[in-house]
Amino acid sequence: MPKATNTGGDDPDDGIQIDLISGERMSEMATMEKIRMILDGVHDGNIVILEDGLTPDEESRLIETTMAEINPDGFNGIEIETYPKSDTKDSSLLGRIMGNDESEAKLTVIGPANRIETLHKDETLISALVSRS
Amino acid sequence: MGLFTELKDSISRATDRLFSEQEPKRIGIYGPPNAGKTTLANRIARDWTGDAIGTESHIPHETRRARRKENVEIERNGKSVTIDIVDTPGVTTKVDYEEFTDEMEEDDAIRRSREATEGVAEAMHWLREDVDGVIYVLDSAEDPITQVNTMLIGIIESRDLPVLIFANKIDLDESSVKRIEDAFPQHKTVPLSAKEGDNMDEVYDNIAQYFG
Repeated sequence: MPKATNTGGDDPDDGIQIDLISGERMSEMATMEKIRMILDGVHDGNIVILEDGLTPDEESRLIETTMAEINPDGFNGIEIETYPKSDTKDSSLLGRIMGNDESEAKLTVIGPANRIETLHKDETLISALVSRS
Repeated sequence: MGLFTELKDSISRATDRLFSEQEPKRIGIYGPPNAGKTTLANRIARDWTGDAIGTESHIPHETRRARRKENVEIERNGKSVTIDIVDTPGVTTKVDYEEFTDEMEEDDAIRRSREATEGVAEAMHWLREDVDGVIYVLDSAEDPITQVNTMLIGIIESRDLPVLIFANKIDLDESSVKRIEDAFPQHKTVPLSAKEGDNMDEVYDNIAQYFG
């Protein structure tokens, strides 16, 4: 799995892990496998970026499963932003990072709600301010 | 395909789907927290049955379980439609019990948060399995372009469910119905104030036309 880690300092525990998950990897997985992988990453405090996003049915199940796992001891849900397919350019940032300039699929960013302070989207940019604790 | 063609096709699909069934149509009222879903559900239920459905509140997630009012018969222009109204919790991707601690004790806030998460999960499950059509309620004083709204509308469209968008709270100065129409031009948008009862004739005309 392509993975980029920003340690943000000398202590790896201090950093924020970003998982960039290729469409190819996701295409081999069943719906609940995808959701489990996303939520396991988010539970660990990671930012998960999906090259191909999720289908509407998978998004619905992601919300449902997220709700089942929220607890007052620390996990209070997810932040999620997506570029729809029609907005995604062939030479997307992730496409270039992954060497796939022809990607037309949507891109989705998912992170833990208690660490992502703002997740903002405009026509050309998804930006997230992530806290370390 | 042009917008009007898409809209026409969408209405046609909805009508074909609903005319084929004789049972009351189960119409889910969905939308983000605090959009006025319960206020609308109560107004419809009171207007046509005399009874309310649930408690209204300014605190998010006042509705934590889907609640149903069965056999609400709406008559408009000689046409009658019978619907079961399902008032659902506001859909969100996060629930933090600490948001409620200003209003209540911590134990109550945690209980409310747990009930809210169960309610949202249930509402998502119902959307996949049990509703025949959707009234999507938005607060017209708020920006409608949020990830949850876009995602929910996409989920509803993917299930080929007929959907009417209700732009609620038009009594507020900051209200902008056009902002909602521009955000979701592929669907019919009906302005209203469920709290004040503004424009309810058009609301019922559209429910009868769209779901009848």
